[in-house]
Amino acid sequence: MSAHDSKYVPTHPVAKWVEDRLPIMGFAKSTLIDYPTPKNLNYWWTFGGILAFMLGVQIVTGIVLAMHYTPNALLAFDSVEMIKRDVNGGRLIQAVHSTGASMFFFAVYIHIFRGLYFGSYKAPREILWILGVIIYLLMMATAFFGYVLPWGQMSFWAASVITNIFAAIPIIGDPILQLLRGGFAVDNPTLNRFFSLHYLFPFIIAAVVALHIWALHVPGNNNPIGVDVKSDRDTVPFHPFYTVKDFFAVVVFCIPFAWLAFFAPDILGHADNYIMANPLQTPPHIVPEWYFLPFYAILRAIDFNFILDSKLLGVIFFAGSILILFFVPWLDTSKVRSGNFRPAFRWFYWLFVINFLLLMWYGAQEPATAVGPWTVADVSKLSVVYYFAYFIVILPLLGRFERPRPLPTSISEAVLKPAAAH
Amino acid sequence: MIKITTIFAAALISVGLAGPVLAQNDAPAEDATIVKQHWSFAGIFGTYDQNQLQRGFQVFQQVCSACHSAHLLAFRNLSEPGGPGFTEGQVKALAAQYTINDPDADGGKRPGLASDNWPGPDQSPEDLKASFGIVPPDFSVIAKARSTEDAFPNWLWNYFTTYGEGGPDYIHALLNGYEDQPPAGFQLPDGKYYNKIFPAHSIGMPPPLTDGAVQYAPGADGQTVPLTVDQYSRDVAAYLMWLAEPHLDADKAAGFRVFTFLILFAVLMYLAKQRLWRRVEH
Amino acid sequence: MATESNLAHSETPNQGKRDFIFVASAAVGVVAVGGVVWPLINQMNPDASVLALSSTEVDLSKIETGQAVTIKWRGSPVFVRNRTQKEIDEARAVPMDQLKDPELDQDRVMKGHDNWLIMIALCTHLGCIPVGESGEFGGWLCPCHGSQYDTSGRIRKGPAPKNLVVPPYKFLSDTKVQIG
Repeated sequence: MSAHDSKYVPTHPVAKWVEDRLPIMGFAKSTLIDYPTPKNLNYWWTFGGILAFMLGVQIVTGIVLAMHYTPNALLAFDSVEMIKRDVNGGRLIQAVHSTGASMFFFAVYIHIFRGLYFGSYKAPREILWILGVIIYLLMMATAFFGYVLPWGQMSFWAASVITNIFAAIPIIGDPILQLLRGGFAVDNPTLNRFFSLHYLFPFIIAAVVALHIWALHVPGNNNPIGVDVKSDRDTVPFHPFYTVKDFFAVVVFCIPFAWLAFFAPDILGHADNYIMANPLQTPPHIVPEWYFLPFYAILRAIDFNFILDSKLLGVIFFAGSILILFFVPWLDTSKVRSGNFRPAFRWFYWLFVINFLLLMWYGAQEPATAVGPWTVADVSKLSVVYYFAYFIVILPLLGRFERPRPLPTSISEAVLKPAAAH
Repeated sequence: MIKITTIFAAALISVGLAGPVLAQNDAPAEDATIVKQHWSFAGIFGTYDQNQLQRGFQVFQQVCSACHSAHLLAFRNLSEPGGPGFTEGQVKALAAQYTINDPDADGGKRPGLASDNWPGPDQSPEDLKASFGIVPPDFSVIAKARSTEDAFPNWLWNYFTTYGEGGPDYIHALLNGYEDQPPAGFQLPDGKYYNKIFPAHSIGMPPPLTDGAVQYAPGADGQTVPLTVDQYSRDVAAYLMWLAEPHLDADKAAGFRVFTFLILFAVLMYLAKQRLWRRVEH
Repeated sequence: MATESNLAHSETPNQGKRDFIFVASAAVGVVAVGGVVWPLINQMNPDASVLALSSTEVDLSKIETGQAVTIKWRGSPVFVRNRTQKEIDEARAVPMDQLKDPELDQDRVMKGHDNWLIMIALCTHLGCIPVGESGEFGGWLCPCHGSQYDTSGRIRKGPAPKNLVVPPYKFLSDTKVQIG
């Protein structure tokens, strides 16, 4: 199952009896305790542990909330309010869950961008990366279902707009739309099934996370210099070195998390979601949650017809912007993994980061908003071009034409010469 | 040991984020007229002022509740900690003044109990809609259903100041935002009133407050407040914030304890990590 | 897994200090976990809206002598009966050795309010609601399995093991009682 089979032999006879039948202790020892991990991992590598922690937090708080929530269009809004008002500790459990969703996405973006910078998607970790993109997609679906549950104005209209995307598919679009919604419009059937799916998906995520960690443990972790582990001198056992470091990182992560959950629980949300869903009145400004904004901007940027009508074209770009991530291991042709040794790549990478943040901002604005002499609608098209060009043009060409800096021969060597590693 | 590329990248990001700032200067500032107020419950150490909540409840009860429901308010909330702080006896007497529809009761109606929820206006929603054009919105979470909009970088500072009083600021501004005459050239439909804060400025609610409309009893310490529209609007806005967020005092107090604990715990964990890694070349 | 070559083990004066840090961190960690786990369990306790209904007031002025009403308390039905003097005397005349669950009538009512019999209206056998003014003992008869209660609500015949349960109550006035 892994390259690091346990040589664990328990001393206690009961432990040996169990171990002979289900070697779970040896398995835990080899994957969590003895697992050799590169010793030069920086703090960007703690976000995997943080993400596992956040998944646990969301599942636990979510199950608790589900004990009190009513998934019926007439009762949902009030049931969420009753949780905040009457359930013991309800306001805090609810605030941890809604703030936790944002913290979860914040951590996942750091984790993804870490992978993009340090070449963690490159051979032999392509499947690890693909499983990660699958987890990201499942997270987005889960967050979308979850946001509908309070049945506020934003919940309802976000559900309407996003399910409408499927109507863009030619011929079969409308029947699929009705199938998803369970009716002609978003209504109680939609809410009920979204609740069921919102409860289900996190457990699918947990299963894919298990595969993700398995796929990681086969080759072992990447590291900041992208040079493979050559000997035992390059690694330390996962416990206690990285268990303690990851735990420390989780505690630090909890500081801004607690700040928001206790002191500003509604700041990441939208005031309109405190108005009960009204199918007959659209909010003046429909905005998704911040973590969807870049993709929302890409969807809206395509407001022109070109061979296909703009709605379908927009949906294609929207889906494409996420699906392109699956192909990154093959689009990046560089033999060098880590951005630390790829000076030209770094410029384009950071430009990509800035571009992503710009897209996030555009997604929150009205298309007609002025940006200097142009509008958001204009400049967001530029950002869409760069977004796709980065993957389709820049990464493939960089690998061919870039001159990387010389790599250290090993992690231990790099660690002894601080100037070589960043 | 900060590399030049890191500095350059940071500078680029700042420029990237500054672009929207410059853009904002050209955007029309719709909320320029909402002046932010000082609220006792603002900030991480903020708490409700019990006297203000009692005054605000009085305004709500005497003025607003004639047309506005508050279906998530239970009478017992008025005596729970962190709120207006009425006694259980006062709440019981208050509730008994109201008639609650109860199919189990004789004649389908009975006097209210502390466990009942606020019954809502005597007029039916249909009648209210006929009078005002819409059903007056329920007040239970209205202080969180309204907000002010902040340009960059103010909305960023809000995360650090934990600004969450957009609703009360809006409500206060709205109640003080009525003008007797609309500006020249403004078409005010029949039955509407001009309010410079309300979106599109044409509001169905007639100005609900006038100076001296509500008589406050002096506080326990003998203190009095001016009986003005400005005062009433502050008090009712604070009350409505409590109505939307009744556990705010306890949550912020718990937050302070958790936050302090986490800082200390992080320091401890950092020292543990350092000790552990001291002997490893990394 | 020989990564110990990375680590220089040596008995230094720092060893004791290092252990303290780890023990302290672990202890604080346990406190943190406890602080997190308790609210997650406590949320299952009855919430404020349920606790608000933990006591119910009953207006006794409309209940004539010889009449009973059934009210709801904490989700269960409760008999409130205004007994006649005859019922009280009959109840007090019963010798204790005739009772499956011996209890004096005086212990099941409040002194000065002996006519008011307040009991949870659920048969102590399997929880059905007994029918009043029925059965051989002038009290209640449970239709499900035939348990019969007397004018004090005590089990006299049938499979029920205990007398009808008397909930905690107090008289706020002669015409108002608070149950629970």
